[in-house]
Formats: sequence, C-alpha cells, structure tokens
Amino acid sequence: MSSPTFTPDTAAALGGPSWLLARRIAAAEAFAASPLPSKEEEVWRYSRIGELDLERYATVAEAPADRHVAASSVASPAARLVLVDGFLVDSEIDPALAAAGVYVGRLIHAPGADLLLGSVMTEPTDVFALMNDAFAREPIAIVVPRGVTVERPVVIEHHVARGGAAVFPRLVVLAHDDADVRVLEVFRSGESTALVVPIVEIVASPTARVGYLGVQQLGASTWQLGSVVARAEASSTVHVSAAGLGGDYARVRTDCRLIGRGATGMLTSLYFGSGEQMLDFRTFQDHAAPDTSSTLLFKGVVDDKSASVYTGLIRVRKNARGTNALQTNRNIKLSEQAWAESVPNLEIENNDVRCKHESAVSPIDADQRFYLESRGVPPQVAERLVVAGFFDEVLARLPVPEARVALAGSIAAKLDAHEGVR
Amino acid sequence: MSELVISGLHASVRGKEILRGLDLVIRSGEVHVIMGPNGAGKSTLSHVLMGKPGYEITAGSVLLDGVDLLVLEPHERAHAGLFLAMQYPTEVPGVSIEEMLTEALVATGHPHGGLRARLEAEAERIEFDTRFLDRSLNVDFSGGEKKRNETLQLAVLQPKFAILDELDSGLDVDALRLCSRRVEAATHETGLGVLAITHYKRLLDELRPDFVHVLAKGAIQVTGGLELAEELERTGYSQWIERDTVETSVSIAGFGDDPFADPFA
Repeated sequence: MSSPTFTPDTAAALGGPSWLLARRIAAAEAFAASPLPSKEEEVWRYSRIGELDLERYATVAEAPADRHVAASSVASPAARLVLVDGFLVDSEIDPALAAAGVYVGRLIHAPGADLLLGSVMTEPTDVFALMNDAFAREPIAIVVPRGVTVERPVVIEHHVARGGAAVFPRLVVLAHDDADVRVLEVFRSGESTALVVPIVEIVASPTARVGYLGVQQLGASTWQLGSVVARAEASSTVHVSAAGLGGDYARVRTDCRLIGRGATGMLTSLYFGSGEQMLDFRTFQDHAAPDTSSTLLFKGVVDDKSASVYTGLIRVRKNARGTNALQTNRNIKLSEQAWAESVPNLEIENNDVRCKHESAVSPIDADQRFYLESRGVPPQVAERLVVAGFFDEVLARLPVPEARVALAGSIAAKLDAHEGVR
Repeated sequence: MSELVISGLHASVRGKEILRGLDLVIRSGEVHVIMGPNGAGKSTLSHVLMGKPGYEITAGSVLLDGVDLLVLEPHERAHAGLFLAMQYPTEVPGVSIEEMLTEALVATGHPHGGLRARLEAEAERIEFDTRFLDRSLNVDFSGGEKKRNETLQLAVLQPKFAILDELDSGLDVDALRLCSRRVEAATHETGLGVLAITHYKRLLDELRPDFVHVLAKGAIQVTGGLELAEELERTGYSQWIERDTVETSVSIAGFGDDPFADPFA
C-alpha cells in the first residue's frame, strides 16, 4: 500500500513516548505492506470498500484554530473530553471522581499506559486498525479503579472540522474488578470530505459493568471505518451500542469476546439511512467460556436510496457449555429504492447451548399504518409514529439512557426530512 | 341527524366477489346489528367501509351525510365521522393511545389539550386500567384489554357512526357488559349510530338493537328486530349458507377432507 501521507514518517512525526513511537512506526510499516481489503473477503461483502480512495485524505498536522464546539449532548457528565480533528482541545472531570482514582484523559498519562493500548485488540482486526495504531494522534483512556461506580456518563466528543481530514480516534476503557462505568462517544463532522477511523477497546474485569454508546452523526461526505472490541471477564457485563445516523459510507465492526465464566454481552444498535448513504454493521458474539450469554438487538430503517448491511456471527467455542445467545436484526424499508441486507450466522462447537437468531427486512407494516389511519392519523404521520415506535425498544435498552431524548430527536428530524420529500 | 347510506355495494378480494349488492341505511342514534354465517362478508363490509387496502369496490356507493366515503383515505373517513372497532386490533409497538389520538385530533384541528383527562375519565367508565394508556397500543394486551382499548378510543373520538366488528369476541362477561353499555350510552349522549357485527346474541343484552339484519351471500337477506336475533340463536344460519361456504367451514373445523362426512362418525 503506497500512499504519500500514511507513511511510517507521518506516524513517527506524531511523536509520543518511546513505546508508543515504536508501536506507531511498526503499525505504519505493516500498513504500508498490506493491501486494502476488497469486497471478495467475506467480512467486507456488500460493503463499499472498493470506492475508498485514501489519496483524498491526509492526517491533520496542526491543531485547529477554532476550538469552539457545540455544547455537550448530555447535561453534567462525569467527565467530558472534546477532540477536534484528532486534537484534544477540552477536558473536564468531576474532581470527586478524580479523587476516587478515576482516570479520563490522554492515554499516555494513564496508569499503566503502555499496557492499555492493544490490551483487547491484541491483533489488529484489519488494515484500518493498523492505520489507527499508526496515526491515532491522541489516544484516550478511561480507567475506573476496583469497586468504583461512575454514576454519570463519561462523554467523548469528536468533531472533524477540516476538509480532507483523516482522523483516527482511539479509546481504551478499562473497568477494574466490580467497577461500573458508562461511556458516550459522539462523532460529528462538517459537510466536506473526511475519513474517520475510530477504534474502541473495552475491558470489563471480573464482575465489572461497562456500557458504551457510539453515536455517529457524521456529515454526508464523511466515511467511517470503525471497530469496537470488548473483552468481558468472569461475571462481568459489557453493553456495546451504536446509533448510526450520518456519514456517506459508515461501518462499525463490533467484536464482543466473552472470555470469563458467566460473562454477559449486550449489543444494541439503531440506524437510519437516508439519501445515498450506506450504514454497515458487522458483529461477532464470541462465547469462549462456560455459562456466558449475549443478546444482540439491531434495528434499522433505510429510506431514499440508502442501504444498510447487518452481518453477524455467534461463535460458541468448544468449552462454552451453557451458552445463551440471541441475535435479532429487523429492518424497515421506507422506499422502494432502499436496500437492507441482513445475514445472521451461527458457528457452534458445543451442544449444551441455546442460540436463536432472527432477521427481517420489510416495508412499514401495513396493518399498523391502517390501524392508526383508521383513527384519523394522516398517512405520513402514521408512518412517523410507526417508525419512531419501531426504534422505541432499542432506545429503551441503550446503556446511556441520558442520550435517549437527543437520539429520538435525531430520528424525528430524519423522519421529518422523509416527509418533506414526498 | 346524520345518515350513513350504503347502496348496491359490491366488493371483491383477489378477484372473488364477497359483497354482492349490499343496501343499508343507518341514522344517528340507531343500533343496527349484522349477523350471519362465516364467510358471509361481515368483516369485508367493515374493512371496505373503513377503506382497508386490499379490497376492490366494483359497484355501489357509501355516503355519510352526502359525502362519498369510498373516494376518501381511511384517515379522511375517520375525520368524516366513521369509526371501526376492529375484530383483531393491531399491535403497534412504541406508540401509545395518547400519542395516536393526539395526532388524530391535531389532524382534524380539534383541541387536544384535555386529552389525557378525557382518556382517564373514559377509561374509568369501562374499568380500563389507566396504566394501559402509557403502553404500546395492544402490545401484550389480553383479548378483553384490546376491546376495552377500542371502546375507549370510540368514546374519546366521538364519531358519528361506529362499526363494531365482533366487539364481543375475546371479551369476558364483565368487559362485554361495560363496553356494550358504553356504546349504548353514546347512542343517547352523542347520537352515535352503530353497526354491530356479531355471531352471538349476548352482545345485544346491553346494546339494544333497533334492527337486526342477516348478512349472507354478500347481501342483506332479511331484516327484523331483536326477535330475529333470538330466532337465529335457536335455528342457526343453515337456510342462508351457500354450499361452498359449508365446505369451507367444515374443512376449517378440522373434520377431514370430505365435507359431507359425518363429523361425529
């Protein structure tokens, strides 16, 4: 892979402590030697990866002049970090939490920094993870000590301001034994072309509880190639969720690895495609220990000429007896030209398991619409109520309930736009 | 005084003619009951009147105070004053009765400020637990809860005419009494005209019919008063049943492939 900007030199110029620098350069070299993926690979099937032209993007070398960003999406968070074009421009943390040993900030200053990065993503999931390893300007860490509960969500907001920017957000969340934390990460960009390659690593130590919600509200010309990897240890609970609303082609791959006995994984997402955008979700529910359970619920709507992809694999390894796994993907097509792909898969190596998967792609339910219309609700309003109601179940389940109202508002805005074109 | 006039109505589903020239006139405050065998077209009539997609009207007219309902969208028929209490009310996840009725009232320009209070007052009249007001419409409701929910909407929307498509099915005795009493009250309070479709006479213990009609072979065969319903309770519909209807109902009942076999043999 030869690109004038994504080189080992560019990676080296990002600096950092020696362990990070070495890691960056090694990743950049590995990236330079790797081809970009193609649709022929199963995990990229149905995607638009063939359209990716890295020449159009470059890393941003200078901190943004305008550091003003919109107010937080959540009132009084436990901590709030704001990054613009990959630069950390603002951070605040509740002093009481800091005093309790909670760390939220630049990863390089976190306790045990050199062990945090790559602690879950021991192998890069794809070349874009290599790019993130090489070019993430300011990796962020959230570390919650043993037994500490962080009541309010930790909020991380990314804004991509510069046209042609390639930004590589990196977040590591480590919840020590019996800790409890919820994280809201928001991605926004302007209308110009941009590439966002976020990686999130989550560790839930024994009996810890971690909730993560990634809200993607990127501009219509932004590409996103993201990955979330979570590791759940014994009797812990990890809830990884996403809201996919913006972007041109926006992909999130989620790997939920249940490696400790009795671990629980929840995967919850909602997405709403419009215009010509494509929202692409890949999930892996990996049961690698006995008595683990995972529940996946992904619900999406595609309008106009947009498309969505859901492909998911439940993998139950040989030793994972007593596994309980659910996988549900439902899609509503609001227009004839819209397209939704839904491919659930099972790979089971143990007999003592309960697995269920379910997927559906259909237009808006005619009976539901008729019911509302028969009471005097006009057709477009009926459609809006049914679609909003369709997402209700997902909104209710999100691990960061503080974000529900804003998300319901974003969905309503998309539905209003839908009514507007009719 | 309002008037719902159905004249010479013919309707088909997937090319099969179900209604074959149905005539009926309902005026404010009147209670009309339609009884009839399975497959006679009772539910088709209710769906066609409300404008459910999937039916083809081949002839006839339906006028509400002179307004041609058949050219209107379902929500416009509702605005014109028609209400359908469905036999199988649809589950609508994530939408509450209050959200739905707010939108319905907004669409007609009616004030909806006091909606919550009206819902609660009407719910109390039919002993419908107000916790259902905040739940998704019909989702995980029992049969009786669904019918109470339909009756509640009828009471709040105050239509000119209501079609009750087997309101009695799935209702326990208490709920049936409360719901039919509420409808009966509306005929006096707001001059509601009622077209009640039923198989059973028990609905008529509270809802006093002015007219009882037998619908068979896609048309009204005979009209009478309460005594007709009583007679039907004793004699059944055998004299109006078509051969093909008999075959259908017998095979549905699970008595085997031979429609003429003795089911008790």
